Amino acid sequence: MSYVAIADRDHEQEHHDPDTFITKYIWSQDHKVIAIQYGLTAIFVGLIALGLSAMMRLQLGFPDEFSFINPENYYQFITMHGMIMVIYLLTALFLGGFGNYLIPLMCGSRDMVFPFLNMLSYWVYLLSVIILIASFFVPGGSTGAGWTLYPPQAIMPGTPGVDLGILLMLASLAVFIVAFTMGGLNYVTTVLQARCKGMTLMRMPLSVWGIFIATILGLLAFPALLVSAIMMIFDKTLMTSFFMPAISSMGADPGYTGGSPILFQHLFWFFGHPEVYIVALPAFGIVSDLLSTHARKNIFGYRMMVWAIIAIGGLSFIVWAHHMYVSGMNPYFGFFFATTTLIIAVPTAIKVYNWVLTLWEGNIHLRVPMLFSIGFVFTFIHGGLTGLFLGNVTIDLPLSDTYFVVAHFHMVMGVSPVLVVFGAIYHWWPKITGKMYNETLGKWHFWMTFLGTYAIYLPMHYLGFQGVPRRYFSMGNTEFMPDSAQDLNAFITISALFVAATQLLFFINIIWSLMRGPKSDPNPWDATTLEWQTPDHPPKHGNWGHHLPECHRWAYDYSVPGYEDDFIPQNVPADKAPAGRDHGGEH
Amino acid sequence: MSEAVLDNEAQGTDGLVEDWSRDKQVFGVPWGKAMMWIFLLSDTFIFSCFLVGYMMVRISTTDPWPNPSEVFALEAFGYPVPLLLIAIMTFILITSSGTMALAVNMGYRKDRNKTFWLMVATAVLGASFVGMQAFEWSKLIAEGVRPWENPFGAAQFGSSFFMITGFHGMHVSAGVIYLLVIAFRVKNGYYEKRGGNYEIVEVTGLYWHFVDLVWVFIFAFFYLW
Repeated sequence: MSYVAIADRDHEQEHHDPDTFITKYIWSQDHKVIAIQYGLTAIFVGLIALGLSAMMRLQLGFPDEFSFINPENYYQFITMHGMIMVIYLLTALFLGGFGNYLIPLMCGSRDMVFPFLNMLSYWVYLLSVIILIASFFVPGGSTGAGWTLYPPQAIMPGTPGVDLGILLMLASLAVFIVAFTMGGLNYVTTVLQARCKGMTLMRMPLSVWGIFIATILGLLAFPALLVSAIMMIFDKTLMTSFFMPAISSMGADPGYTGGSPILFQHLFWFFGHPEVYIVALPAFGIVSDLLSTHARKNIFGYRMMVWAIIAIGGLSFIVWAHHMYVSGMNPYFGFFFATTTLIIAVPTAIKVYNWVLTLWEGNIHLRVPMLFSIGFVFTFIHGGLTGLFLGNVTIDLPLSDTYFVVAHFHMVMGVSPVLVVFGAIYHWWPKITGKMYNETLGKWHFWMTFLGTYAIYLPMHYLGFQGVPRRYFSMGNTEFMPDSAQDLNAFITISALFVAATQLLFFINIIWSLMRGPKSDPNPWDATTLEWQTPDHPPKHGNWGHHLPECHRWAYDYSVPGYEDDFIPQNVPADKAPAGRDHGGEH
Repeated sequence: MSEAVLDNEAQGTDGLVEDWSRDKQVFGVPWGKAMMWIFLLSDTFIFSCFLVGYMMVRISTTDPWPNPSEVFALEAFGYPVPLLLIAIMTFILITSSGTMALAVNMGYRKDRNKTFWLMVATAVLGASFVGMQAFEWSKLIAEGVRPWENPFGAAQFGSSFFMITGFHGMHVSAGVIYLLVIAFRVKNGYYEKRGGNYEIVEVTGLYWHFVDLVWVFIFAFFYLW
């Protein structure tokens, strides 16, 4: 069997056009519909998590003013806020949402390689979300163990939601991992095996690179979470002692013996650290494309950008114990994990320099997606720099479990990816819906969100240096905390509520766009990548009509000298336009 | 190479990267096979995490670990023979890998009948493995071994044994069903209508060999350590 025969075989890609409402929008196997389903579900749970954070801020800013927030549900809010934001919103939105939408369109494929599995992935994801939400309504409520779910306290009496709450949480995670695996296998195989003619790996847009490597990280990191979830379910239901040492609880012996709580931390963070990059790498990729498109300039150092994504992905698997400095470890291990952690700063810094150099002398159009992308560069540098502090053992120890940590990870993996999410939604909105949004409203949304997040998180760094601990329901009277800390907390709360409220602008904007928005041009940003070159707008089932596109150049031929337009789409043949540069190397 | 998309021939590592990235697909294999390989890589991480967890609790527990030669011994001709059952189980599973490999070969020769029977034989061997595992479980349970305790020492012995062999047994059971589905499709001509392509037999085989390979590790870590 020859190589060509496999490459050109088309029968696996046969598509029957769905004709009923149900096959078209509900049980759809079209990657674009699945992407939208993923996106809507993720944004829906994200709004729940946003509401939870508002409740936490109310308590922190104005302690004891709100009788409906007691310590128990404060912990439940923390836990569910963290878990939902990291996994059910960001992971699902970037990979299930943008991954599904962009990979086949940007690679010039008709669909994912296994559309049925892809559909199943969404429905299993929905099931995991339903299980998660169900945990709010069971007796005892959802779990309040903190999003890291550390045993022993996660499954011991005294923690909120210790009965059904924690079990539903763990079950929901396991179901989510099944869903992710089905989707993730599709994304990786599609990128590796189903690109269009001429779309070499080194011509792929960086969005696809980011999502691709993030998906590989997910496929290798989620197993650790699955295993720890299974073990903890057994510890809870069957009284096994994987994570539970001999322990006395409220004066009684629950019957555990000889387990290792640290084992859970290792397994959890072996998942948890790559998870940071599962969220960050797609954001890196997407923001590269947005900056390049709206600056009308090729991305600076494309090859290095690709290698940096791969290097960050590889390194992310050998830094996990920097989350555990306080748990105690052999000093040599601390040294090792601090070193690997700081090494990650090198490829990350390469990326940041390249973003800035892409903007340098570019023809910058400050449209909404561009504003969000530039905002991301700011917040990411900010959160990245505080990461250097926390990566060092000696600096981490006093800062651990303070608001400095909260500020750090919200800047680097909360605000930054969310800014990219907004930028990406504004950028691809015309392609997805065929409608334009209101530019002014979008700009208001950006500025209030961007400045508002600084109002929230900058003071938190200061609180952290003061030693204000995170996860506390109320601070009480402690000597080391000045009274002004409380004023600052009130300020943060007001800012947070303000930022949460401004998100309404986004929803007003997209609903207005759907109902009244003007029709958009098929390629409103004059972008080069293939998804803007589809024959139909928005793209129909099968994406490309009768003929698959052919790719003739890299994704960043902007402002090529000697060509009438300031962009050359990837499917323009070399004899019709200057070759530009092929893949970032000299030509 | 079906199409030359880049004209420069780079050397060294650059050349390696070019070779990997230059065509529409990275690996010259069908989509299903590529996906199965990636899935198995992910599954490898699951089993690795299980086994690492097992090693860690075995080290962390303060109670003595039961002696595998005694716990897993079987009475034969009046003498306790260590590892008797497990030796038979391992032999059966490895034999099933052999029949699977033959089935893949027959699949590529488009000998549907032989492919069918070899796959059924593989499934039967797999099912008998699961049956013997059920026997071993019931024997241990009868002796008082439970996930939360066991009469021979550390509670983690029962917990990790039931969890990991159970997880592996579920893989084998799923594999048996998978094998039978594909075998009957081979027999009733399902793949003839789709271009007479029997790569799916090899994809099934990949999964089956993987489950075998994992068993070798579980065997080594539980029965020989």
